[in-house]
Amino acid sequence: MTGGAPILSRRTGFFFLLPSLGFVSLFILFPFVWVFYLSFTNQTLTGVTAIQSRLVGLANYQRLLDFETWMTSGQFGNALRISAQFVVGSALIGQALLGLAIAWAFYRWRGAFREIVYTLVILAWIIPDVVVAFTWMAFLDRDRGTLNAILQLLRLAPVDWLIQQPVLSIIIFNTWRGTAFSMLLFSSALATIPPSYLESAEVAGASGWQKFRDIILPLIRSHILTDIILITLWTFNTFTPFLITGGGPAFKSELVSIYTFRIAFQFFEFGRGGAIAVAMMLINLVLALTYLTILRRQGVRT
Amino acid sequence: MARIMLENVTRRFGLVIAVDNVSLPIIDGEFFALLGPSGCGKTTTLRLIAGLEVPTAGRVHIGDRDVTGLPPRERDVAMVFQDYALYPHMTILDNVGYPLKVRGVGRREIRERVGEVAGFLQIAELLERRPAQLSGGQQQRAAVARAVVHKPQVFLFDEPLSNLDAKLRLEARGFLKHLQHELGITTVYVTHDQAEALALADRIAIMNQGRIIQVGTPLEVYRRPQTTFVAGFIGNPPMNLVPCRLEVGVEAAHLVGTTFRLDLTSLRDRLALTLRDDEEVILGIRPEHLTFCGQGDPFAIPAETYAIQPLGAECVVILLVDSTTLSVRLFTGEPPQQTGRVWVGVNPERILVYRKSGELVLG
Amino acid sequence: MRLVRLVLTRVAFYLFVTLVAAFFALPMLWLVLTPFNPRGTLAVEIPSPATMANFRLVFANAFAMRALLNSAILGIGGMLITTLVATLAAYALSRTDVPGRDFLIYALILFSSVVTGTAAMVPIFLLIFYLGLIDTLLGVILVFTGGLLPTAIFIMRDFVEGIPRSYEESALVSGATPRQMFQDVVAPLVQPGMMVVAIWAFVHVWGAFLIPFILLRSPTSMPASVAIYSFYTEAGTPIITLTSSYALLFALPVLVLYLLVNWRYGFRFFGGIKR
Repeated sequence: MTGGAPILSRRTGFFFLLPSLGFVSLFILFPFVWVFYLSFTNQTLTGVTAIQSRLVGLANYQRLLDFETWMTSGQFGNALRISAQFVVGSALIGQALLGLAIAWAFYRWRGAFREIVYTLVILAWIIPDVVVAFTWMAFLDRDRGTLNAILQLLRLAPVDWLIQQPVLSIIIFNTWRGTAFSMLLFSSALATIPPSYLESAEVAGASGWQKFRDIILPLIRSHILTDIILITLWTFNTFTPFLITGGGPAFKSELVSIYTFRIAFQFFEFGRGGAIAVAMMLINLVLALTYLTILRRQGVRT
Repeated sequence: MARIMLENVTRRFGLVIAVDNVSLPIIDGEFFALLGPSGCGKTTTLRLIAGLEVPTAGRVHIGDRDVTGLPPRERDVAMVFQDYALYPHMTILDNVGYPLKVRGVGRREIRERVGEVAGFLQIAELLERRPAQLSGGQQQRAAVARAVVHKPQVFLFDEPLSNLDAKLRLEARGFLKHLQHELGITTVYVTHDQAEALALADRIAIMNQGRIIQVGTPLEVYRRPQTTFVAGFIGNPPMNLVPCRLEVGVEAAHLVGTTFRLDLTSLRDRLALTLRDDEEVILGIRPEHLTFCGQGDPFAIPAETYAIQPLGAECVVILLVDSTTLSVRLFTGEPPQQTGRVWVGVNPERILVYRKSGELVLG
Repeated sequence: MRLVRLVLTRVAFYLFVTLVAAFFALPMLWLVLTPFNPRGTLAVEIPSPATMANFRLVFANAFAMRALLNSAILGIGGMLITTLVATLAAYALSRTDVPGRDFLIYALILFSSVVTGTAAMVPIFLLIFYLGLIDTLLGVILVFTGGLLPTAIFIMRDFVEGIPRSYEESALVSGATPRQMFQDVVAPLVQPGMMVVAIWAFVHVWGAFLIPFILLRSPTSMPASVAIYSFYTEAGTPIITLTSSYALLFALPVLVLYLLVNWRYGFRFFGGIKR
């Protein structure tokens, strides 16, 4: 019954909310609506169509989804395929699995070892984009890179990673870059599980794997869902791989985000870029709505 | 010091009516308790007096002023919260001195007056500490000190003892009653603990579902609960309530249960005034007004012992009468000699009779 | 048998942990060593002799220093506005009875994760262009604030919800005006939350590449994250001595803030502390 009356009047509350509403309307809601309109125009930055853009109907979409060419190198379908590989490889297999493995390995383990590993993983996550991009270009360099140096120590042939394996390279890079989120999410989820749950399983004679499968997994299921959807969303939209491969060679690592960038900000064709942006945002919307639905249904917050 | 007057006060939250047309005069200087189960509207009533809630309808007066629309700071009240609400970032000195600070009192005078109050409440050594460094009992005293320091017209307490353990709670009761007696400030005290209300208050209002059911002194509400709700809420163990049937003849009157028949002929005229023959009623009798007796007693009820609880100073025996239970309080502290099938006698002077709907008709 | 299994589990554990540590540490080795190496190389070498000459090179480079200053302006500007605006909003969402507050928060989060990345930059670039804010630091700060706000409000609201209302109510009953209540009670209590949001926002804006890369064009307005791509030889290869020491310098504030947060709060985890 307590706490019924608000401390702030609606009027004051509205004033407090006003700046936020302004920012959000201008930089989130308005762009979202406007990009739909843009995608039906031939807007460019320079030339005649910069000043006098006109509606071109579905032309941008037809070009985007031209099924004759769309899977060829440098086209939208191709970028979607690479993005899918990238998301599955680096987010689902890489970050989520590795994050879970690290969190589980250090469950009930405190001390220096844990601190070191956690710090390394978190540092990889928070260092600025361009800095990690440079370190990874050095790490993967064909002639002098650390990775090839290690391969040589193991008497394996060196690989020109960025040229021969561009997608694998950015998958490994993004796993390295983003595992921290999953690790932290899962370790805070594990921290909420009372030790008595596992102790009673131990008393009942469960092995390590059985404990994990029968007790831990069901208890953190909602966290796993949350994690997977969030990192999928972020990985799908990340632009950082551009800093390492530039989308190349020959569009081989051109993610949808990089494709959008190329069309809109290298060719400055905003109508076409708008159509791709709409497609991306619709994919985002589906992911976000799935996330919210799950969140709502389970009443779980991260 | 001031009297408080609630006039037809209603507070709605959406569809929920938290306080339903409450009218209540609280006398200048008295210790007044609002008692009821959780969700009964007692805390909302207190917050209406404090100014933390605005009534949907009705007026609130403090002293000679209508304060209905006024914010808390213009009401000259002080309140002790259930969680004490001591600011964690301030020392106890700053916490207790806060009401003075916002009234523009100078630092030196604040120090002086807080020192006085702290001495009286025995927290003088704690003034430089932070709330987190204090024990529960000390925090409670600090919260009271903050309420006392600016000598308000009205004290408001919102379950201030519910976060203390049982022993400290008893100690704090004595201290609060003494304090209020010393200061003589009108006090409204919200609690769900009937023993606390009986122990502390000059008068008690029992609330249920947003309404005031009964107002009276502790003895009045204990001896003559106006409804079965009050009867069942006050007293530990609460009053025994036994459903039975009334037989009123031309000369005689009897209360008839499934296994007993009590002769109430002496009360026949009063019963006949308000009740019909063959009407279903509820017999109310306090546990201390039942005694073990022999079969021949005219006011005896046959029963079965169910559980015996020796409490030291007294002994509470739970009996089964048909499908209802009866509590008997034995002041000797000795458990009954006989168990199994027993007879308990009802003191006819102490019988209360309620309508089936719950209101008191005889007592 | 049991003992063997126990030993094997232990060995497997240490093997796994060592591999993980190596995986995350090895790429960083270059960043730690090369800035002190007089010879610019992509290989990991112990610098001999270790030198600060590369850093002197950076400090002497007016363009590089100007870019760091721009990064600081962006970071601090974005941090201040985001924290202030988010705190007001979070407080309002927690302490008023505005209908549908929770829905509002979730809708905000939803939209901010949909309108993001390069896709969002298509309309936002044109918006900033038409507002005449292209190539201005202010434009970048505003765009960052818009994007960070929903998450910032979400984090902040958790803090505000954790503060019992009785603190504010007790201040009001004690006789405080709403203004005094804010100053004396609310502000100190929400401060830890504001610190977290501020650090989070700063780290975000400081390190970001895409938004300033798209919105800023002239050398004088570039932040460090964009300027670092200017240190190339005429042949088109990066000048490694300069780039590596600049990169380390650029990463330094983030590392310091991480240590600060870790020491002060323990790296507590909030919903989406970083995206």
